Order: sequence, then C-alpha cells, then structure tokens
Amino acid sequence: MKIDNEMKLEFLSKSQNESFARSVVAAFAAQLDPTIEEISEIKTAVSEAVTNAIIHGYEYEQGYVTIVCRIIDNTVEVEITDKGKGIEDIEKARQPLYTSRPELERSGMGFTVMETFMDHVSIISELGKGTTVIMKKSFKRD
Amino acid sequence: MQVSFETCNNTLIIKLNGELDHHSSSYVRDSIDDEILAKNPKNIIFDMSRLNFMDSSGIGVIIGRYKFIASNGGKVGIVSMKPQIKRIYEICGLKRIIPSFDNKKTAIEKL
Repeated sequence: MKIDNEMKLEFLSKSQNESFARSVVAAFAAQLDPTIEEISEIKTAVSEAVTNAIIHGYEYEQGYVTIVCRIIDNTVEVEITDKGKGIEDIEKARQPLYTSRPELERSGMGFTVMETFMDHVSIISELGKGTTVIMKKSFKRD
Repeated sequence: MQVSFETCNNTLIIKLNGELDHHSSSYVRDSIDDEILAKNPKNIIFDMSRLNFMDSSGIGVIIGRYKFIASNGGKVGIVSMKPQIKRIYEICGLKRIIPSFDNKKTAIEKL
C-alpha cells in the first residue's frame, strides 16, 4: 500500500507532553478533512495510548515515547511506542475496568476508549522491551 | 486547566475549565479534595460547560470523588457536557451512577 504522507514525533515521557502529542496527531490527521467529532475521537485515543506509555510503560521513569503517523488513502494510522516494561497479559490489559495500578485512581477504560473511537487497535508488547499500540481510522466520504 | 468553586445550599459546584487528562488530573483532584474538606458539602456537581477535553483519566477523578460523596450519603451530578465528553461518560458506564443535566439549576433541583 502506498504511503501518502508520514510523520514521526519523539518526546520524553512527561505528562505535560500528553496534550502536545494529541494535538500534533490531530493536526496531522486534519489533512484528511475529518469532522470535529472524528478529530475529538483521534485526540482521545492518542491521549489514552500516550498516558499508558508514561504511566505503565515507563512507570514515571524517563524514556522516549515515539509516534509514527501515516496517511494511506483515506486512513490515518498511528503507532505509539515506548521502550518500557511491556505488558504481561495483553488480553487482560484490554479488558474494561482492568487496571494494573488501582492505587492511581485509574478507571481502567483506556483500551476500551481506544477501541471505541478508532476502527482498529492492535498491541505488540514484549516484557522488558516495550509496547507498540497501532491504531487506524478511516474517513469515509460521499 | 483551572478549577473554581461555587456553593449553593449544601451543594458544591465544581467548575472545570480547560483539558482534563492524566497530566492535569492530580491538580484537579487535589483542588477538589481540599475544597470538599473545607466546605464539607452533601452533594457535588461538576460543571463541564468550559471543559474542552477529557479522557479516561478524568473518569478516574470523577469516580474517586463520587465514592467519597456517596459513602457520606450525598449525590453527584454533571452538567453541560460537550458531545466528546458525553461519549466518554457513556462508554465508561458513568451514566449508570452519575446523572447528567442540561444546566446547574435543574441539577440542584433534582439531586
């Protein structure tokens, strides 16, 4: 499949960067002329994945979060990678209400939100190596 | 992110202005908890008319405050949610425990 456009963003795993990261991805996706609602959905899904990288991947230690964004036809593909601790049980992590850090008052709904707002979500993770979340969303136009 | 408060009878109105994500959640949580401790309200209402973004971190903040207020026999409501925030509220199942209202007046009357 021919890539029509691509960008790469790398930033420290600081929570201040959550807002920066979702705004950059939303601005990149804007070239597909999404609706305001679709832009909100992408922003929210990116925010969830970046937050997971910071809290769970790096557990508040410093590391880099990398986002690669591609546009292929009418689809935006977002890959969010951390080189943190990795997820032991992906199926469990995807379950609604599951949180590995209950002491942090987390809702455990991060993956459910990503899955609801994006067309496709896949997770690649290896213990001690890190996690990549790949999300895709297509914009159907008449 | 800004948090401001208003008290009406026994109800604390929490006005959220900005974007509620993991980064702003600790500040929002601490501000609300300090105010609850100082004013000891029976009920609380989240006024979201000026909240432009919220992800599941915000849901964690709301549920945490709900647990505290509900354990003391109080009620929690949310007013003026924007469409994106309303969807998060519905997806996360908050709808079943915390009612939403169009405006503050209705919320205060119905809680």
